[in-house]
Amino acid sequence: MPFETLVLACLAYVALMFAVAYAADRAAARGRVRCLDHPLVYTLSLSVYCSAWTFYGAVGYASRSGLEFLTIYLGPTIVFCGAWWGLRRLVRVARMHHVTSVADLVSARFGKSNRLAALVTLIAVIAATPYVALQLQSVRLSFEVFATDPRGMGGSDALGGTALWVAAGLAVFTILFGTRNLAADERHHGVVTAIALEAVVKLAAFIALGVFVIWGLADGPSDMLDRISRASLDPRVAEGWLLRPDRWTALIVISGAAILTLPRMFQVLVVEAADEERLHVAGWAFPAYLFAMSLFVLPIAVMGRELMPADANPDLYVLTLPAAAGQDMLALLVFLGGFSAATSMVVVCAIAVATMVSNHWLVPAWLALRRIPASEEMDDLRGFVLNARRLAILAVVAAGWVYHQASGGAAALAAMGLVAFSGMAQVLPAMVGGLLWRGANRKGAYAGIGAGFVLWMGLVFLPSVGVGGDMTVLPGMDPWTAAVALSLSVNTLAFVGVSIFGFPDPVERFQGLSFVSAIEPLRHSRARSADDRAEPLLAMARRIWGPDAALRFFQAEARAQGKSGYLPDLTPDFLTGLERRLAGSIGAATAHAMIDRVAGGVALTVSDLLQVADEAQRAKEETQRLEAARAELARTARQLHQANDKLTALSVQKDAFLGQISHELRTPMTSVRAFSEILMDADLQDADRQRFAGIIHQEAGRLTRLLDDLLDLSVLESGRAQLTISVVNLHDVITRAVTAASATRPERGFLIDRDLPSEHLGLITDADRLLQVLINVISNARKYCDADHPVMTIRVKRPQGGGAVIDVIDNGSGIDSGRQSLIFEKFARLNDPARAGGAGLGLAICREIMLNLGGDIAYLPGQGGAAFRIVLPQRPPVGSGSD
Amino acid sequence: MSDRPLFLERASFRRRRLGDAARVLPVLAMLAMLLPVWWVPASLSYAAGAVWIFGTWAVLILAVWLLHRALLRSEAATLRASQDPAPPASGQDPDAV
Repeated sequence: MPFETLVLACLAYVALMFAVAYAADRAAARGRVRCLDHPLVYTLSLSVYCSAWTFYGAVGYASRSGLEFLTIYLGPTIVFCGAWWGLRRLVRVARMHHVTSVADLVSARFGKSNRLAALVTLIAVIAATPYVALQLQSVRLSFEVFATDPRGMGGSDALGGTALWVAAGLAVFTILFGTRNLAADERHHGVVTAIALEAVVKLAAFIALGVFVIWGLADGPSDMLDRISRASLDPRVAEGWLLRPDRWTALIVISGAAILTLPRMFQVLVVEAADEERLHVAGWAFPAYLFAMSLFVLPIAVMGRELMPADANPDLYVLTLPAAAGQDMLALLVFLGGFSAATSMVVVCAIAVATMVSNHWLVPAWLALRRIPASEEMDDLRGFVLNARRLAILAVVAAGWVYHQASGGAAALAAMGLVAFSGMAQVLPAMVGGLLWRGANRKGAYAGIGAGFVLWMGLVFLPSVGVGGDMTVLPGMDPWTAAVALSLSVNTLAFVGVSIFGFPDPVERFQGLSFVSAIEPLRHSRARSADDRAEPLLAMARRIWGPDAALRFFQAEARAQGKSGYLPDLTPDFLTGLERRLAGSIGAATAHAMIDRVAGGVALTVSDLLQVADEAQRAKEETQRLEAARAELARTARQLHQANDKLTALSVQKDAFLGQISHELRTPMTSVRAFSEILMDADLQDADRQRFAGIIHQEAGRLTRLLDDLLDLSVLESGRAQLTISVVNLHDVITRAVTAASATRPERGFLIDRDLPSEHLGLITDADRLLQVLINVISNARKYCDADHPVMTIRVKRPQGGGAVIDVIDNGSGIDSGRQSLIFEKFARLNDPARAGGAGLGLAICREIMLNLGGDIAYLPGQGGAAFRIVLPQRPPVGSGSD
Repeated sequence: MSDRPLFLERASFRRRRLGDAARVLPVLAMLAMLLPVWWVPASLSYAAGAVWIFGTWAVLILAVWLLHRALLRSEAATLRASQDPAPPASGQDPDAV
């Protein structure tokens, strides 16, 4: 294929990328981000992980070390298996704090320390430079493959310039689309869309090549497996391909760490993610992409060994295989795929590293040099930040080119990738620890990252550039594995150890809480009364975002506070929001410092933290108080409900009582009326007249008794009964009662069984009332005892506490247990047709009397008949009675 | 909070358990990729090893896909349950629906 064709295709492809990026940026500017925000675009942009190292290097790696190359893709796969709870959380926290880079994340977590961010930036720059050089080298080598073609315009001068031309072009692309704006959320739609397209080209090219190799050169998958087995019969190959478990493990750990910590990966994974929802798709789609990219690597490597001359560079099998087979179009596609892999990596890496360099090196240095002059004189900070970023992009790409020229492109591609991976992995303990452990502090992070960095420099980086040579860290172990194990262990131990014994400052503790618990950070400052400070803040924001964006933000904030105009009150909420938006442009540490200077912030102190804790505590107590009040209300409602039920029941009872009374009064009244009407008849005989008058008299007596009883009961119930207290001998009272009661049904011969000696008990009580009770009880026995030979037993006992207990027991059939509780109720006549003139008030009156006397009357079950127990105290309670 | 319910509804319970599965999955993936290599490195280094590793990898991808799908569905179910204060059959007898 003519070299000119290649260059033309390349230029056309680059023009397409520019056009796509431009169109995407324009669409985003118009707010049409829906298709740009699709999870698939996000997933494809993650494929920037597969740089030229994957595209060319993986085949070389596989032909030297067999399946070991898979570790580079298995590590990320394992990390993405934890996408749901791990990566989503990382993205959520990072979005919450408007983190702009991995250095910014670590710095924000550990108390917005810019020095820590500067240290991480240093590692990133050192690690990224050879990696960028690797991409430039791969592009140069791929051009070389075609330039060795006799028809091409060969010549080392032209080729020496290839890397330069590529570097310059990439720098221009990155500056154009990577620094268009200083958006608060640092997203680059144009770049991401272009990269997603490049990912498709990469994958399509690699799969096309794989299909060609398996079904074109070999004879299908089973033949391919046979060829792999045959290749491994060669003892030299077998030895190189034999997996070493320690190295396998270390590589998986390092590549898993790289997917999180490499600046370009952090950029596409976290910074360019609008929210964590897209990880639902990326969680399986990205491993699937990696799977597809690695599936054909080993077949290509084996086929390359078989078909290519022994001195051919295995890193370039992907190009030389189709070219040698005469598949020019396939070779061109593969070339464009490799070109895509290299360019997308350089662009994203340059953006990410340049953001770190400008935010953590250049802007703080410039601010420190200027010492923030009076705000009126402060010039355009926005322009400075953008220029700093452009400068940093140029510097990163230029450093890569210089490194490439200096190293002469001798080193194998894979080695350079591993150097970068293991360098950035040193950030992992502090990053993961900071996200999961509130106790992690800045000194620990310094100690861990610092120790890891020094060990990595000495054991990995310097040997890789030929300084110091390979050192034997642990005998019998692969030097790279040993260096990685040692540096990461020392790093983690130092981080954890120093964190355990350190005490973080308040800002740090606050950030730690916010990061670990994934809760919104709230800047808590003591009252900032000076409202006029909002204006300098607006001026500052204008210099960073440009006038329109700043005014928009301030107006929206003011409106949210219910104010008109552009100057909101400096509430903690507003300051927190402003700081985080600024952090999205210039990094957390710088934003924090600038706001504090301009707004005259008061440093956060331990007492502020305690105050916040107090507020939380107060809020909790308030909640508990409300909860208690609610419970109290519920209780009251229940009580009211009960009271209501009781009142309803009482009302029913009252109605029943009135009904009863009317009935009781009406019966004798009816007789009285009837007989008086008869009496009015003139021709009545004397004897009849006498008899009827007697009946009227009798009924009137019954009415009177009933009314007396009712009156008595009402007096007793109200507790206003007059008691005549005196010393009483029980024997006398009982004798009088028995005598008086003998008038009731005198025809029945009752045998009275008394224990006379025990009856002589002295008590202080109302003798007449007691007599009334006893007569009632004994008369009842006489009335209702249904035994053939009735016997009444009266027993008196003195209980230990004084007073007396009188049991009156007959030998009748007693009262059913179901009715025993009813007999003391008013009008509770047990189903006796005789009624014996009572209105059913007797026992109710008895109970009221006994209660008035301070005693009680109760039915005694299980005595072989009806039995009543009268309990009397030694003296009636104070307050009752007449005295 | 002390007034958090002691037992969850069916939807939330299922979501929690799926969340547990999402936590266990990376550990399982790690073991699946590391243990065989430590155990029998020689038999995993060549053609058979390639088949084994790619097979395991494909199963892992499938597992993540299924898990995320189930998680999204159960999240939607929990959301529905929380939006609808008295779901007619949720939690009692889903088989009857």
